[in-house]
Amino acid sequence: MSQWVEACAVDDVEEEDLIRFDHDGRTFAIYRSPDDEFYATDGLCTHEHVHLADGLVMDHIIECPKHNGRFDYRTGEAKGAPVCVNLRTYPVKVEAGRVLIDLS
Amino acid sequence: MGGMVIVGAGECGVRAAFTLREEGYEGTVTLVGEEPHLPYERPPLSKNAPPAVKLIAEETRYRDLSIDLLRGTRGQRIDRENRRLVLADGRTLDYDRLLIATGARARRFAGMEKARTLRSVGDADAILSAIGAGTKLVIIGGGFIGLELAATARGLGAEVTVLEAADRLMARAVPAEIAAMFEDRHRQEGVRLRLGAKVEALEEHAVVLADGSRIEADIVVAGIGAEPITGLAADAGLAVDNGIVVDGCLRTADSSIFAAGDCCSFPYRGAPVRLESWRCAQDQGAHAARAMLGCGDSFVRVPWFWSDQYDLGLQVAGLALADRPFLRREVGDGAFVLFQLDGQGRVLSASGVGTGNAVARDISIAEKLIERGIVVAPEVLCDPGTRLKQLLKG
Repeated sequence: MSQWVEACAVDDVEEEDLIRFDHDGRTFAIYRSPDDEFYATDGLCTHEHVHLADGLVMDHIIECPKHNGRFDYRTGEAKGAPVCVNLRTYPVKVEAGRVLIDLS
Repeated sequence: MGGMVIVGAGECGVRAAFTLREEGYEGTVTLVGEEPHLPYERPPLSKNAPPAVKLIAEETRYRDLSIDLLRGTRGQRIDRENRRLVLADGRTLDYDRLLIATGARARRFAGMEKARTLRSVGDADAILSAIGAGTKLVIIGGGFIGLELAATARGLGAEVTVLEAADRLMARAVPAEIAAMFEDRHRQEGVRLRLGAKVEALEEHAVVLADGSRIEADIVVAGIGAEPITGLAADAGLAVDNGIVVDGCLRTADSSIFAAGDCCSFPYRGAPVRLESWRCAQDQGAHAARAMLGCGDSFVRVPWFWSDQYDLGLQVAGLALADRPFLRREVGDGAFVLFQLDGQGRVLSASGVGTGNAVARDISIAEKLIERGIVVAPEVLCDPGTRLKQLLKG
């Protein structure tokens, strides 16, 4: 069963950037890639559970603001020390200028 | 037939072992650690109470990667002729390539036998379990470790005095303007700071300063830097000069032996440097692993440090030079970054402070500007309206 939730408007996220989205006691990160695609992951780094929203997006990589751990936000794959555990990702769709993520 | 042997199971050694596997190496990988614990992260030890051991990786990861983790022993002697490492427990390990990643030990001085130091989880347990409300804690040294411990101890209600011999805090790594901000904050939090304080003697329950003053102490901790652990290399006839001397590939004069992390002295921008840096240990571990597999690239990653004290986050990229001016960039909410440019206008260093992770993006971008040798006009850097990321796009 899909559970689509509206996260933000398309224009809320700049290109090659991310924003934080909180919903129902959980926190997520919504990304807009340089090629204008949207992605969503859990919001907290798997290393020390710092929110990724203060981090830097370069291309398809999010760098944690705390200790520079890196993930590919399209797949959640951990890409560099100190992170060893992948990020969970969520399906995303864009409808009528709104970004929706599937929390199921 | 030997494989890869890594002596030292801290951040550097562990990352080297993982990288060997990530790079597809299929021979034996043996990681030798002196402590009985699984390899753990050291940075949290001064920042959290009670100390919670944060493992670098779960035990299953070593098994899954076929990394032989030998705990509770250390390298005793290198038999270079036979490419064999002799362990303290008498076992021997033949190697094709050996990485020395033995790290550093807390520096001590004569007469400070009564002071504790903070380097291992055992140290942290011993110190923090002795601290509670009203405990008189005296910390010798106003560097990262001492100040992080001061903040942690204030959180536990201890009466904290920090003694620093220099005329300001964190003089080795942080611009004066940022050090002053931390000084103010520690004083606000009730830490007694004594700058220009020369320790004369440690008594049973007091620290005596050169000016004759006596500071009562239930517990004394010295955080006065660290010295590289180089005996294994020195005894094997390898050059040691403020660390095990390595080339740009992190290789010693013996082409089978590499050194990385806190224990090595490596060339950074033309000068030998030894860093005590968690991130550098990780980066060099990974780089050394690739070098052990034949990669000839030089290590060029920009140094990066951080410290957390109270809710203040400090981040530094690059190595600041004493003789270059600082350019201040406001980040908002009191957070700022101090940049330095070299004589050609290239970004040389960036040091930032703010609440939480306020400066993280700017420092991360600065690190890349430094790495790429990008020239930036001072007024562009200082303009809060400048999107730093655009500078990376050329």
